[in-house]
Amino acid sequence: MKAPTRNRRPGFSRRAQYGLFLSYVVAVTGMLVGLGLIAIAHVDPDGFAAVRGAALDATTPISSLERGMVRGVGDMVDGVAAYVAAGSKNVAMARELDADRRALVRLRILALENDRLRRTLRLVDNRPATVAVARIVGSTGVSSRRYATLDAGSNQGVRPGQPVRSAEGLIGHVVYAGAIASRVLLITDNASVVPVRMARGGMPALAAGRGDGSIELRPLGAGGNPFNRGDIVLTSGTGGLYPPDVPVAVVVRKEGDVAVAWPLANPSQLDYAMVEQAFAGLPPPPIAPPPQHSGRH
Amino acid sequence: MAPPRSSAPPTRAIETRAKLVPVVSTLAGSAIALLPTVALSPAWPPFGLLMLLAWRLLRPELWPAWVGLPLGLADDLLTGQTLGTGMVTWTACLMLADMVEVRLLWRDYWQEWLLAATAIALAILCAWAIACWTGGAAPVRLVIPQIVASVLCFPIIGRLCAILDRWRLATGKIRASD
Repeated sequence: MKAPTRNRRPGFSRRAQYGLFLSYVVAVTGMLVGLGLIAIAHVDPDGFAAVRGAALDATTPISSLERGMVRGVGDMVDGVAAYVAAGSKNVAMARELDADRRALVRLRILALENDRLRRTLRLVDNRPATVAVARIVGSTGVSSRRYATLDAGSNQGVRPGQPVRSAEGLIGHVVYAGAIASRVLLITDNASVVPVRMARGGMPALAAGRGDGSIELRPLGAGGNPFNRGDIVLTSGTGGLYPPDVPVAVVVRKEGDVAVAWPLANPSQLDYAMVEQAFAGLPPPPIAPPPQHSGRH
Repeated sequence: MAPPRSSAPPTRAIETRAKLVPVVSTLAGSAIALLPTVALSPAWPPFGLLMLLAWRLLRPELWPAWVGLPLGLADDLLTGQTLGTGMVTWTACLMLADMVEVRLLWRDYWQEWLLAATAIALAILCAWAIACWTGGAAPVRLVIPQIVASVLCFPIIGRLCAILDRWRLATGKIRASD
């Protein structure tokens, strides 16, 4: 046991008393400034982008370097895990490969047919161009917001607001960009809402992040819960931020009026992500609109 | 690095080291957030805050209360939290420690841990409330594992601080004034 140090009590020295008092004045003033910064963030969540971008630029190279090490260790664990139950896994994979091959042939025929039909209709494909391909090098593991760090910034043409996706599906959109790094708001963050539609039937819905890695799907149409386990939802392109037809999530269970889904692009695999131009336009209108009713656009 | 003369007055370099080690170790604690992992929920303990509290409880005379402002701002920039979160919560933690300390007559290990646990829990909940207010945060049940992990981590961080403290004061004649 030790007695707490009493030498913070300045004693009779007037100078030391003023010094201690002044340090508290500075501390309280600084806290008020901090509260002011938080209030500014409440009004304008993207404020101080320059300062935060510069800090991101300074720290991302560290994460990029470490990433190699972490990946190496992860690969080692995966390599050992692959030997567990290798025989039965092999049989299952051979069966799956057979089924996939048949599906692939069907898909190739469909793609060919789709291509031919598009040309027949002279459908303009205004798919937005890819701005940059970059790696996800980190995230905000301490904070209760869900951001990821991307090692491409405004030097590569990345701007705030641009959607980010991987080969598997949608990841999120850029919140602020430094010169060589940028911060991405993941679709699993509570502040993220993505307009989606079901791949089966095209029913519109909203995909809102829940903050724990899953996504909540709220159907926009009336009447029951249209989702089933295993349903896949795609971006609808409504709102003009995300390009249409990017896979977003797969439904894992229903909860009353909403469904809980899991994102298809798993950012924790630290893989490559593509930054795309913001999808400014609306989805291309149907080529031959039915002439009888023109009520809705 | 051996001191040139055993009874020499402390050189400038040693004084600088004694001042810098706490600051640098706290910054390094914040920088643990740069590890390249993508967390699906707030999983990492705020190591910067743990270092700050450990230094504060080990050496009360080391820092004035306003040191939470620059260190907290650095933590905000490193961990990507809303600017101001660390500034407010860290300074509040230091002032809480000051307030409790003048009322305590004796202090032991368990009281220190209890004080640190209270400060950590309040700071994490406050950061969660700020994240909620400025956009949206995870449900509060998701920060409870983080609080528990941080509280359990604190004795280890305290031990680490003690080792660093012994090292930073080892050479030369500097001794803490208590």
